[in-house]
Amino acid sequence: MQKSLHLDPAKCTGCLQCEMACSYEKLGEFNPSRSVIKVFTFHEEGRFAPYTCTQCDEAWCLRACPVDAITMDLASGAKIVIDDKCVGCKVCTISCPFGTINYVQETGKVAKCDLCGGDPECAKACPTDAITYIDANATGYDRMKAFAEKSLPSANTSA
Amino acid sequence: MSWTRKVLRVNLTTGNCTTEPLNMDWAKNYLGQRGLATKYLVEETDPNVDPLSPENIFIMATGPLTGTMASTAGRYSVITKSPLTGAIACSNSGGFIGNEFKNAGLDMIIFEGKAASPVYLYIENDTVEIKPADDLWGKSAWEADAMIHAKHQDPNLKIAVVGRPAEEGCLYAAVINDLHRAAGRSGVGTVMASKNLKAVAVRGTKGVKGLEKPAEFMSAVNDGKKVLADNAVTGQGLPTYGTQVLMNVINSVGGLPAHNMRDVGFAGAENISGEAMHEPRASDGKANLTTNGACFGCTIACGRISTIDKTHFSVKDKPEYHGASGGLEYEAAWSLGADTGVDDIDALTYIQFVCNEDGIDPISLGCTIAAAMELFEKGKIDIEETGGIDLRFGSAEALVAATEAVIAGTPFGKILGMGSKRMCEKYDDPDLSMSVKGQEFPAYDPRGIQGIGLAYATSNRGACHLRGYTIASEILGIPVKTEQADSDGKPELVKAFQDATALVDSAGLCIFTTFAWGMEDIAPQIDAACEGDWSVDKCLEAGERIWNMERQYNNAAGFTADDDTLPKRLLKEAIKSGPTKGQVSKLGEMLPIYYEVRGWTPQGVPTPDTLSRLGLS
Repeated sequence: MQKSLHLDPAKCTGCLQCEMACSYEKLGEFNPSRSVIKVFTFHEEGRFAPYTCTQCDEAWCLRACPVDAITMDLASGAKIVIDDKCVGCKVCTISCPFGTINYVQETGKVAKCDLCGGDPECAKACPTDAITYIDANATGYDRMKAFAEKSLPSANTSA
Repeated sequence: MSWTRKVLRVNLTTGNCTTEPLNMDWAKNYLGQRGLATKYLVEETDPNVDPLSPENIFIMATGPLTGTMASTAGRYSVITKSPLTGAIACSNSGGFIGNEFKNAGLDMIIFEGKAASPVYLYIENDTVEIKPADDLWGKSAWEADAMIHAKHQDPNLKIAVVGRPAEEGCLYAAVINDLHRAAGRSGVGTVMASKNLKAVAVRGTKGVKGLEKPAEFMSAVNDGKKVLADNAVTGQGLPTYGTQVLMNVINSVGGLPAHNMRDVGFAGAENISGEAMHEPRASDGKANLTTNGACFGCTIACGRISTIDKTHFSVKDKPEYHGASGGLEYEAAWSLGADTGVDDIDALTYIQFVCNEDGIDPISLGCTIAAAMELFEKGKIDIEETGGIDLRFGSAEALVAATEAVIAGTPFGKILGMGSKRMCEKYDDPDLSMSVKGQEFPAYDPRGIQGIGLAYATSNRGACHLRGYTIASEILGIPVKTEQADSDGKPELVKAFQDATALVDSAGLCIFTTFAWGMEDIAPQIDAACEGDWSVDKCLEAGERIWNMERQYNNAAGFTADDDTLPKRLLKEAIKSGPTKGQVSKLGEMLPIYYEVRGWTPQGVPTPDTLSRLGLS
């Protein structure tokens, strides 16, 4: 079964545990500035929203890369950057409509979410289930269920 | 390690910025943040220094866990000598800037001297620059924050800044970071402004690394997060209601002071409670509370993000206050609300916004206005003196007007800005100031809840709930229930809370974790992150060492046992009604035992044996 990261801004508190888990997994240090999952704060709205790569099937980044440095991990479906091949040309960063692949000046290469080989650390670190890793075919089921619940006959309505 | 082992020293008089290695001998005894920065202060300044003179130093300090994945580990503290109390000041803040200091490679920043004209400090990793701030001076904290972000075109810059009252000498000005988190108490913002330092802006991308035992650390961190999630207070109460979970609880047990602490019990408490913040309002059907928000790394997320009713008189013509921002916490809701007799939740939320916008401690502000209301009622202040404010208890309009007077620096606003002690002395009624060592009380009545009275009286920074939160035990039963009316056993309880808190405040963690965590949960996280032995016993000993060091500083600054007291009202005027009717504080019974338990003389001075046991001189 293929899985997807499922992001629910309504549950996010903006704590950045995901950003720390991401950077710790990749770099062995706590460095939110290097995390490839990002939490954005919308102060005036009082909202927080995590965002990262959605792992497009027809990935713009993968197709745009002139040196074939982006490939698909067959096990997880993640599009991953092969550092040894990446030349830091940044064409992928231009091609991605979502902005989720970015250049890293410290390494001279690009970085994006690789789903941690199928066991994403951000989802494990999230204290509120704002980030979960679930059946890729079922990411809408929570919302579907909420609407289904609204359609239930009221308990105190007699037939 | 987990310390970056680097201190930035900024001499504002000469403009020199230098880095030096962290004193690791001290770090192994005082851990970080509160303890370690106080050690630097003690070693580098005269305790009798004028707090607002260039000779006072001003330290921003992180803990060794700050910036790590330990839950709540994003804290930093401001350590200096307080202009409000003349005692040691250490104000702790969350938000996100603590992590940014750490990621820039700094354990602490020590500011010395005074700049010739307004400046701000800009840090981007190893780049450190003192920059002119003439255009920022006279601006609110929020305006200055926006201007600095615009100047550097960097939305990720984290900023700590003072507002206009700090510049004008208000003695309880705060340092605001990340728009709505504050190093709030004891006037640390006033000290910052006295150095012509408007703001500190920092961007760090170096990474926090060098854990002593990484695998053990991550395991201890995950254990800790689970304990917080499973605990009723940290897992449910605080995320749902914030610290405001306490308003109805404390009122129902006869512990909520009201009307400048003349009464205990407030009829309007429910209207300003955490529960009320969830209620849809008539005008737009929205609740006061928009969401809960977390500080850096915090898995509790007690922060309140609120909006004000757009039709409310305080903001109806001010669209700049119609968005969401940091809302009411319990202590502020009490001081601004119950203590002034105002149960208008929108007025209180507006004032909370304004306190964040311009950097004021809402506890001292509310209590000072409450004292002024009593002076007004007694005829010691008239409407001419207030500049036209009809300063009656219960008037939301008067409360808002008085707050705006402090911000604007009107003649009466400046008087309110002195704090309740100096104000009540000025009007020849000193007993009306509800303060210890010049700092105003938080939201728990020392008559109704005995242990907290001893904690207030002996707190090293003046009246404060965060130096030994015995409410946890006396009301909530954490870690064990003690009877709120009893004085027996309270000296031991107060000491235990004070020592443990000193250690937590030195680690980079939030004290709210201790609703769920004991030292047996905390010590393994510190021990795995830091070199040295940080067993439970060693942590508690370090906490006791820090407490005694602070006490020695205050004693050297001229404080004596006579200052470990409470206002006469709380010692002599019995509670008039409610479940705690008839009670007064039994401080006189508890204090001598406390000194004995501490290993201090009857005059409140640590004995040579105590000092030697703790490695102090």
